[in-house]
Amino acid sequence: MDIDVKKVAMLSRIRLTDEEAAELGPQLSNIIGYVEQLAEVDTNGVEPIAHPHDIAMPQRTDIVTNVNRRDALQAPAPKTESGLYVVPKVIE
Amino acid sequence: MPFSTLSELKTRLDAGEITAVEIAKSYLDRIAEFNNELNAFVDIDPSHVLEQAQASDAYRASHEPRPLEGLPIAIKDIFCTQDGPTQCCSNILKDYHAPYDAHVITRLKEAGAVLVGKTNMDEFAMGSSTETSAFGICRNPWDTDRIPGGSSGGSAAAVAAALAPAALGTDTGGSIRQPASVCGITGMKPTYGRVSRRGIIAFASSLDQAGPMTRTVKDAAMITAAISGHDALDSTSVPNAPVVDWLAACDQTDMKGLRIGKPKEYFIDGMDQGVRASIDAALARCEALGAEIIDISLPHTNAAVAAYYVIAPSEASANLSRYDAVRFGHRCENPDDLLDMYTRSRDEGFGTEVKRRILTGTFALSSGYYDAYYIKAQQVRTLIRQDFIDAFEQVDVIATPTSPVTAFKLGEKTDDPLTMYLSDIFTIALNLAGLPGISQPCGFVDSLPVGLQWMAPAWREDLILGAASAYENATDWVKSPAKFGGEV
Repeated sequence: MDIDVKKVAMLSRIRLTDEEAAELGPQLSNIIGYVEQLAEVDTNGVEPIAHPHDIAMPQRTDIVTNVNRRDALQAPAPKTESGLYVVPKVIE
Repeated sequence: MPFSTLSELKTRLDAGEITAVEIAKSYLDRIAEFNNELNAFVDIDPSHVLEQAQASDAYRASHEPRPLEGLPIAIKDIFCTQDGPTQCCSNILKDYHAPYDAHVITRLKEAGAVLVGKTNMDEFAMGSSTETSAFGICRNPWDTDRIPGGSSGGSAAAVAAALAPAALGTDTGGSIRQPASVCGITGMKPTYGRVSRRGIIAFASSLDQAGPMTRTVKDAAMITAAISGHDALDSTSVPNAPVVDWLAACDQTDMKGLRIGKPKEYFIDGMDQGVRASIDAALARCEALGAEIIDISLPHTNAAVAAYYVIAPSEASANLSRYDAVRFGHRCENPDDLLDMYTRSRDEGFGTEVKRRILTGTFALSSGYYDAYYIKAQQVRTLIRQDFIDAFEQVDVIATPTSPVTAFKLGEKTDDPLTMYLSDIFTIALNLAGLPGISQPCGFVDSLPVGLQWMAPAWREDLILGAASAYENATDWVKSPAKFGGEV
């Protein structure tokens, strides 16, 4: 399959250099070509599963359990100011 | 002492023959001497290790010792720890310090363990050889020109070379069992939902599970007992999961009445004939111990790798979208705008294999392809799970090789991603089905270790701990460690 790797990369929010695109494009086609063997499996009427166990996910009691740890949680951020995350301007 | 098991160290600690500080020092000495050659640890803070050991000795002086009191355990770089960096061996998390401990880390601390460093791994656990680590390759102590397996290769190499008596790993498609196999140690992936995933950097959320990498089966049971149990803060952690006494299961010395399934799909033409001979010999030994070997079929096995390489990358592409250079992680210099910041930061921060998986997953989930790839793979997953359910109607446990080959040479498979993916051919189905599995040493081919894999129904870790213990007791493989550093 011919895959537009730059388009997929943009959907993934990864900028690829031309060299990377030239390397990854054919590899991606190979991998997708390999997984296409799934088409040979008869899955008529088979339910898809997203999770190995047939159980409902438990719900917690709806009470506040977390404390304010803003400084600790923001410590790893590349850039913050007054408790806010700073990013390049998004609105003109 | 370095090649002691956790159980032996515990006995000596409890008898007052040795202190946690003495144990910690002996492993720190070996790390200082040998880690440069192996690169098993990517971070180590000796003074912090000694502080924990001192605290444990102090605790023991005035309390009953806790289950892992004073025992050193190396930690894969995928587990968030408040102490020291947590980098997942990726440049996008370079110098990241987690603001909280993973649930399993909290559990190990509560059990009195001494946490040792961070071990090398494939970047974001994506790989089978630890060659995709952003912090350098790791070497196999049995032959330093060979891979230690992956993705938990640093943990496996550390235990095999006795730089630590035990380690924590994670297993998404075989990342505990395959490195355990090629490094000649024991590794267990518990049932999905047995161990909380909170604070384990996510790769593929429906497959990831943490587990022990140890010298013996009993040591694996000790660690699993300490780290497992419900965590209200992980919605996939299962409450009231059935527990059979795992340590008692490890006292098993025979296999009388045990029905062992031998699936024909795991004995393929492409496998190493020496590996096949080792597994056949191991099964003959099980028969001599009283087991019945029953030929079975897991008919959808051949589709497992393909299903996995849709499902795991799809989940990874979603999970790794969090590396947006806003809340944590690498941010590029002087971004022009928000899009430039996202795309350039992620290009600079992620290694090639991680990009390959994100792109594969994004493609499989993209409009027009979702049904053909992602939904199809999930349907095949249902069939693979059903194969196991049907098989366990006939047998108690299943035994297979862990890997079709022994440790391959460094660089041998790095040029061909697909060939590397096929390294996990015998381990992947278990993750898709969410079942527990163990790899244990069962022989050598050309002086390289071979692993025997055991599989059990969900929540029946006791069955494979028991069978693997009986096999371990009847053989000498665990008494033949890597003669790394010239001392045993």
